[in-house]
Amino acid sequence: MLATTQETNAYDTHHNALTGDGVRGNPDWLCSIRKAAFARFNELGFPTTRHEEWQYTNVAPIAREQFRIGVAGIVPTADELSTFSLEEDCAARLVFIDGRFSTVHSAVASLPDGVTVCSLAEAIVTDGSPVASFLAKHATYEDQAFTALNTALLEDGAFVHVRKGTVLERPIHLLYWSTAPEELAASLPRNLIVAEESSQLTVVETYAGANGSSYFTNTVTELIAQDNAVVDHYKINREGDRAQHIGHLQVHQTRDSNVTAHAMTFGGSLVRNDIGTVLDGEGGECTFNGLYMLKGSQHVDNHLLVDHAKPRCDSREIFKGILDDSSRGVFTGRIIVRKDAQKTDGKQTNQNLLLSDDAKADSKPQLEIFADDVKCTHGATIGQVDSDAMFYLQSRGLCKEAARNLLVYAFASDCVSRVRIDSLRSQIETLLFDRLLEGQRPGEAT
Amino acid sequence: MSTASNETLDRWERQEYEHGFVTDIDADSLPPGLSEDVVRLISAKKNEPEFMLEWRLKAYRHFLTMTEPKWPNVDYPPINYQDIIYYSAPKKAGDGPKSLDEVDPKLIETYNKLGIPLAEQAILAGVAVDAVFDSVSVATTFKEKLSELGIIFCPFSEAVHNHPDLIKKYLGSIVPYSDNYFATLNSAVFSDGSFVFIPKGVRCPMELSTYFRINAKNTGQFERTLIIAEQGASVSYLEGCTAPMRDENQLHAAVVELVALDDAKIKYSTIQNWYPGDKDGVGGIYNFVTKRGKCQGRNSHISWTQVETGSAITWKYPSCILLGDNSVGEFYSVAMTNHRQQADTGTKMIHIGKNTKSTVISKGISAGFGQNTYRGMIKINKGAENARNFTQCDSMLLGDKCGAHTFPYIEVKNSTAQMEHEATTSKIGEDQMFYCNQRGISTEDAVSMIVNGFCKQVFRELPMEFAVEAQKLLEVSLEGSVG
Repeated sequence: MLATTQETNAYDTHHNALTGDGVRGNPDWLCSIRKAAFARFNELGFPTTRHEEWQYTNVAPIAREQFRIGVAGIVPTADELSTFSLEEDCAARLVFIDGRFSTVHSAVASLPDGVTVCSLAEAIVTDGSPVASFLAKHATYEDQAFTALNTALLEDGAFVHVRKGTVLERPIHLLYWSTAPEELAASLPRNLIVAEESSQLTVVETYAGANGSSYFTNTVTELIAQDNAVVDHYKINREGDRAQHIGHLQVHQTRDSNVTAHAMTFGGSLVRNDIGTVLDGEGGECTFNGLYMLKGSQHVDNHLLVDHAKPRCDSREIFKGILDDSSRGVFTGRIIVRKDAQKTDGKQTNQNLLLSDDAKADSKPQLEIFADDVKCTHGATIGQVDSDAMFYLQSRGLCKEAARNLLVYAFASDCVSRVRIDSLRSQIETLLFDRLLEGQRPGEAT
Repeated sequence: MSTASNETLDRWERQEYEHGFVTDIDADSLPPGLSEDVVRLISAKKNEPEFMLEWRLKAYRHFLTMTEPKWPNVDYPPINYQDIIYYSAPKKAGDGPKSLDEVDPKLIETYNKLGIPLAEQAILAGVAVDAVFDSVSVATTFKEKLSELGIIFCPFSEAVHNHPDLIKKYLGSIVPYSDNYFATLNSAVFSDGSFVFIPKGVRCPMELSTYFRINAKNTGQFERTLIIAEQGASVSYLEGCTAPMRDENQLHAAVVELVALDDAKIKYSTIQNWYPGDKDGVGGIYNFVTKRGKCQGRNSHISWTQVETGSAITWKYPSCILLGDNSVGEFYSVAMTNHRQQADTGTKMIHIGKNTKSTVISKGISAGFGQNTYRGMIKINKGAENARNFTQCDSMLLGDKCGAHTFPYIEVKNSTAQMEHEATTSKIGEDQMFYCNQRGISTEDAVSMIVNGFCKQVFRELPMEFAVEAQKLLEVSLEGSVG
């Protein structure tokens, strides 16, 4: 293990400051969670490529640096942030600068009854808040060093709570901006989304930051979908070009709940998305949808775990990667079907398109099945743009790059078209096109 | 499933190992335990030249620095390596048998019980059997016929004496002595095995086959097979095994190395039916094997076919290193686990040369409390232009207490590569069963029919003699498993 006491010093200091006596926002229940998580983190240390779960992703750049918490750079103007926000009318927009809630940038319209949207820090100190009964219950940190670190240092983030039977039609947008100061900064947002029985809601998380200097984002979102709840979750990664981003979305679903989670990754230099769900009630459905479009030397690792704990649940995973230059895309998908989870239907697909000779793709689609009456399939493909299709399009008069762009777009559109918020979809399409046009090399024009 | 079929199921699941009997032959054994002296003694007993002893000792010393790997998806109590007898040979009259008449009749009897055509049957079947009984080869047939063509097919210990140059050149070139824990152990204490050399341009006129059989109690069998196909040569090699019933777990750590030079073709087929332990998982063989082939030359071709129905624990990954341009690697596997059997098996295809191709077809069947894992790696290196891989791994679950797991590892570093991976998990559908039943096919027959159909893609790859045996074997070991 890489972690030594010296390397965790910065985190140590911050952890001690958070859990000190008489510190505001440190109720007893939270203090014990923070302490237990920190103890676990120190035991685990940062993972290395010797770990099966981290085989293809080397986090040494994160482990060896001294990232500091609470250092800030230039606060962005509203204009700068507007390119990342949704044009759509959002029910609420919370902006977090370096992991801390920023009242100035945020806007919360009048919310319907039964909906609470506020910062987690505020929710923790509010009397009678339901936070204590949900926080850190599902994103377990026993084996996950980064989740343990986030839990140990959790302070702020978003808290979304929708009460029984409430339907929130407009999306909630959460924007996390990293200012990327000269010193190495770390931010550790922690989000908690609770959709009670028969409620419905849409949450968009956008992670973005300034280019030019290295920073570390370690985010954890817990999403609890109770019986019959319907939740759409989007995570758009548009981090700065030198960002290290480790994210964990942990979903817990009970009877007949329906969760769709999208992970769209465009930014960051080293990105890891851990996405997991426990289907802990009959009739649950989950769909994980992902797209990663990489260039330069970006490294993106999507790590999915679907745990079918109860019978009659459906899960769908489709992740697509477009890899250019010397980027590397890693996919690990694991479906576990527990002993009595009969009538499970699980599907998992990972497709990768390699656009350059130096791009790399690694795929580990895994099935672990302990029940017999199940339908589970997985598939993985890695290839290049189909030369027959290229020829066809060129024979119809399209130039080479237009033909290629069209095919790449068609490859991605499967994932993009599943985005149900119009403005978000067009935002993603714009990102896609920009990336395609950037990717054209002058030599290819002929 | 109906009650009637449940009964058939139970009956099938109760099916015990057919080939469980011990032949009473005096074995010339070493006391249990592993030490440098044991390694030296094994080497001395086999009269080995100096270079072999040195190689063994190097392996043994390396072994001491290693720890047993824990990553596979299997569960077993710790193995005490000091409790194992590392050498045992059936006592020989004089200098060893020169013809079948001289072979211990009890041994012949054992083979007959197993239905191995060693004597006249061998000629009829056109099979040259280099039968490994425990550790020393006792009979070799068709030797003259093969030697006319320049083919060397002999026990490993003989090859060490007669062809030291070839051994020196190729031994450990594919699986080095430091490869992994069990391969290293094997390198230090390997008893015997087969050596095959097919000279340039020769097509081996018959299927080469050897039966390994673990006999003396508590003897870990550590064989080592080395097959070399020179330029343009081709060979099909069969390996099949059954073992007597016993209570203590036996360790079996074999190493197989294949080398294919330009335009050469090697086909390696295995039927593994070692004692799987009884219904409660007591006894049974631990089968931890390292098999690897290297397509060294251009247009070379290595094909692995395996039917794994036995052993308490099977843990092996027959692999291909596709080094030469246009080389082809294939892996066809049926792995069947019943009762408390566990299997963690699959393949590695490492594409290094240009236009290399690999196909992986794996069928896993789990019944009873069996756990079946497919673990496979497809690695396409940077220089492997136009590499192509197709992988299909299907699992069938018979019963609700078994498990099927798939862990593929796919690493692609070349944009011109194309690879596809597909996996499915299913059970025999009630409608399929109903259809067969209403046509008058009993549940038991229907199950075996459907399972055989499921495995057909693999059986098709087996040589004729084996295909029949495999089908029968599967029926026996899976009988009564649909739930």
